[in-house]
Amino acid sequence: MRNLDQTTQEVLDLAIQHFKVAPGTLSPSDDFFKKLGIDSLQALELLSRLENHFGIELPDYEVQGVSDFRTLAERIQSRL
Amino acid sequence: MRSFSGEALRWEWRDGIVELTLDREPANEIGTVMLADLEQFVSAMKSLEADTAVCIISSAQKRGFSAGADLRELYHGAIALPEKERNVGVRDFVQRCHAVANAIDAAPFVTIAAVHGVCFGGGLELALTCDIIIADKMARFAFPELRLGLIPGFGGIPRLKRDLGNAFVRDLLLTGRSVNAARAQAVGLVAQLAGEGEALRVARATAAQITKFDATTRAAAKKFIKPIPYAELNQEIELFCELFARPPVLAALKKFVESTDAMPYLP
Repeated sequence: MRNLDQTTQEVLDLAIQHFKVAPGTLSPSDDFFKKLGIDSLQALELLSRLENHFGIELPDYEVQGVSDFRTLAERIQSRL
Repeated sequence: MRSFSGEALRWEWRDGIVELTLDREPANEIGTVMLADLEQFVSAMKSLEADTAVCIISSAQKRGFSAGADLRELYHGAIALPEKERNVGVRDFVQRCHAVANAIDAAPFVTIAAVHGVCFGGGLELALTCDIIIADKMARFAFPELRLGLIPGFGGIPRLKRDLGNAFVRDLLLTGRSVNAARAQAVGLVAQLAGEGEALRVARATAAQITKFDATTRAAAKKFIKPIPYAELNQEIELFCELFARPPVLAALKKFVESTDAMPYLP
């Protein structure tokens, strides 16, 4: 089973891959809306990407108000 | 009319297959322009029926199949009218949407929705009129209407109830959450999953198979396995209009339209 650090790193890697940003430019405490300049629909794309990768379902209401990668990883971790 | 190119969509007939492509920025919101073009298609269906086996509905917009009703237009249209006239305008719009949905639902040819990205609210209601939903694995489905104080108004609940089990219907409707394509397939909403960017290709392959069958048998089979729940659809119109008349709905629409939140689509 993954620990939180591993999950966080996988979330960062998937965001880097999905939004095509340079490796190493994202950190766990980053606000992904501000750092990636994404909107609600792009956030949903990331949600689908994460659900497919981790094989989980993450209801929207569990990530409402979440804007940093670390907290997002925590929500995912609780579903693993 | 074998081909058409409107403001919000276009279609083209070829070898027994009509490809109807939704294409209105930003995400195929269903407002008066999209509805008028869909009505054009419904009007043309009679002339297409005789030599059409399949209609594929897809989107050319990157964001997805459709984000649902055009809430900005709905809000601005509502506040432009005196309070007593608001419900008349909304009822007319909803009844027109139902007429389009019922016609597509009852089409004698097979209908396939090739879905990618967001398929929310009215967009999901349009997809639910189709016989087969083929989804890109990154597609998402939702009925977020409750966060506006509404229910789906274009026939979504009766069609969802017709096709799926109560557990999922209530979960989707009462939480307003979105679900991914894999979950949608697991509950029977999605018939086939496609790889990223492959939904239309898979839909075309499926359509090619369907064209091989006898037209009369195909139409009879569809009619037999897919009854249209007219009584419940009419009840839905009444309930939607009743709820729309309540003050919280206009307040929620105002909040949505004026929102600068990065995630206004999420409940």
